[in-house]
Order: sequence, then structure tokens, then C-alpha cells
Amino acid sequence: MSSTILKTLDTENRKKAPLTSFAVGDSIKVMVKIKEGDKERVQAFSGTVIARKGSGATETFTIRRISFGEGVERIFPVNSPSIAGIEVETVGQKRRAKLYFLRDRSGKTARTATQQA
Amino acid sequence: MQGLLGKKLGMTRIFNDQGHQVPVTVIACGPCTVLQCKTKDHEGYDAVQLAFGDTTEQRMTKAAMGVCKKLSVKPLRYRCEMAVEAGDELKPGDVVTVKLFEGVPFVDVAGVSKGKGFAGVVRRYHMSGGPMTHGGHSKRRVGSVGCRELPGRIHKGKRMPGHLGAERVTQQNLQVVKVRPEEHVLLVRGSVPGHTGTVLIVKKSLKRGQTK
Repeated sequence: MSSTILKTLDTENRKKAPLTSFAVGDSIKVMVKIKEGDKERVQAFSGTVIARKGSGATETFTIRRISFGEGVERIFPVNSPSIAGIEVETVGQKRRAKLYFLRDRSGKTARTATQQA
Repeated sequence: MQGLLGKKLGMTRIFNDQGHQVPVTVIACGPCTVLQCKTKDHEGYDAVQLAFGDTTEQRMTKAAMGVCKKLSVKPLRYRCEMAVEAGDELKPGDVVTVKLFEGVPFVDVAGVSKGKGFAGVVRRYHMSGGPMTHGGHSKRRVGSVGCRELPGRIHKGKRMPGHLGAERVTQQNLQVVKVRPEEHVLLVRGSVPGHTGTVLIVKKSLKRGQTK
């Protein structure tokens, strides 16, 4: 009658092959599987990682991008089966765990400092 | 058999076949031992008494322990009576497991909710309260409680501040996400009453998903 079952569930719900490691501040490209009828295709969503939340199988990350002048954010579960893969485009330098301040900025100041990957 | 006793183990999220995350409550459901069978001839109705939850002999009353000893089963802590369904053939000493819920789409879960202490009407009955600004003095107050000289008293059952929570609550029509018989675990969608460790009564849904 212990919570070992919760740990088992956690292990089972993690991705079999872990994703490419990335951190808050990085610019990444997420390959999202999209189902259209019977067909499945992959769509990319790229932007800056502004937060990673939670732990274990239920961990999520938030990606922010500016799309046609409008800020767009998407939250993905790290272990989501609909993520085909992740490409790290640039590795960012950051001083905070959550980059929510980027929401209030625009233009050049909305970028994270980058370091060569 | 209509249902089983269980224990809330906590909540998590799992991925379903579509790859969507589903919030689930993990319930340690059964195995439950039948201690007594009540019959129409003897007690006037058909039911079984179920026992669940390992404990030590020290924690049991002698009377309760006596029943366990008579059937030579381990000391079991929690009891409840459950109505039987047509075709059930149960006798004292039989063990019912979570396999009961295999193929059952929805369940009702009853338990004692978390105690919230003395609460006002806004929290307890979701009343709207008064204005917070513009000189409002009845911010979270009860407001008017009734009429004037007629009837000259407060209506019975008038909702007022008081103790909230720590009462038996039944959450109906919870979807069964998964049954794991090896671990005696049931996963239901959404939340169930009470804190982790609350003893629950899980029954096949009264209103939804009953086939036949």
C-alpha cells in the first residue's frame, strides 16, 4: 500500500528515448507530430524556451516565439509522444530559471544572449 | 458485485492512446475479502460485507478479529456493505479484486472530503458577496438572512457560515482510465474526495455507462 505504483507510472510515462537536452534560454525547434485524418505529418515550432516546469513524467516546457508580430507561446509535455524530436538552434545564456520577463519586451531586447553551441 | 473498497494513493498524469495527457487519480482498489453474506431469507436483503486494508491484530477489536480468525484471513481494517448483482456467487472468505472494474467505463467514488474548517458563505456556498470597493461594507458578509415581521424568523436551512468539508462526498461518473490487476490499482480520470490515504468506496456508475 505504498506509492511505489506512482513511481512505476512515472517511469512508464516517460519517453523511451530521452529528448535532446535543452535548457531555459535556448532557441529550439520542436518537431510536432500532427494527425490529419489517417495521415501523420511533422510540423516544426521554433522559439525560445522560457520555462521548464514540474518533474518526472509530467514535466513541461514553454516555448515563446514572435509570429507575425504577435507573441505566441506553446506548452509541451517533455514526455509527449507527439514530439518527434527537438533541435537546439542556439544555446542561450540566462540568469533566471523562468524567462517570463521576455513577455514584456519586444524587438532586440527580447532576445536571449547566445553562446556558441 | 457493485464495487470495492480502496485507498487514494495520489494523482498524476498519463498519456493515452491519442498521446494526450489525462489527469488521473491512482486508487489502490482491493483486494477485498468477503466477511459475511447477507441473504434475503435471513437479513431481508442480498448484500455482502467487504473488508479491506492490511493491519495488525493489535489494532483490531476482538469482535472484528474473531470474524477474521473464523475465516482464517489476515486482520483487515476497513469494512463496508456492498449490494450484490444478479449472478454473483460469493461466500465468506472469497476475495474480490480490481478485475471487477475491467470493462466498466464509469465509476462513482465516495469518500470523506478534506476538512476546510470554519468557512464563510462565499467559500462555503459560492455566494457572490458584496462590493469590495465604492464603500462596500459587506465584502464577504452573509448579507440579508430573511424577511421582516412576517415570518419574523430565519428560514430553516438558511445557508450560513460554518464547518466546510470533512464530510462524505460522492463523485459520480468518473471515467475508468486503466485497471492494473497485478498491482491492485485503478486509475480514474479526474479527482476524488479526500486526501492521499483516504479510504474510498468505488462503485460501478449508477448513472452512466451501464450496459444491458
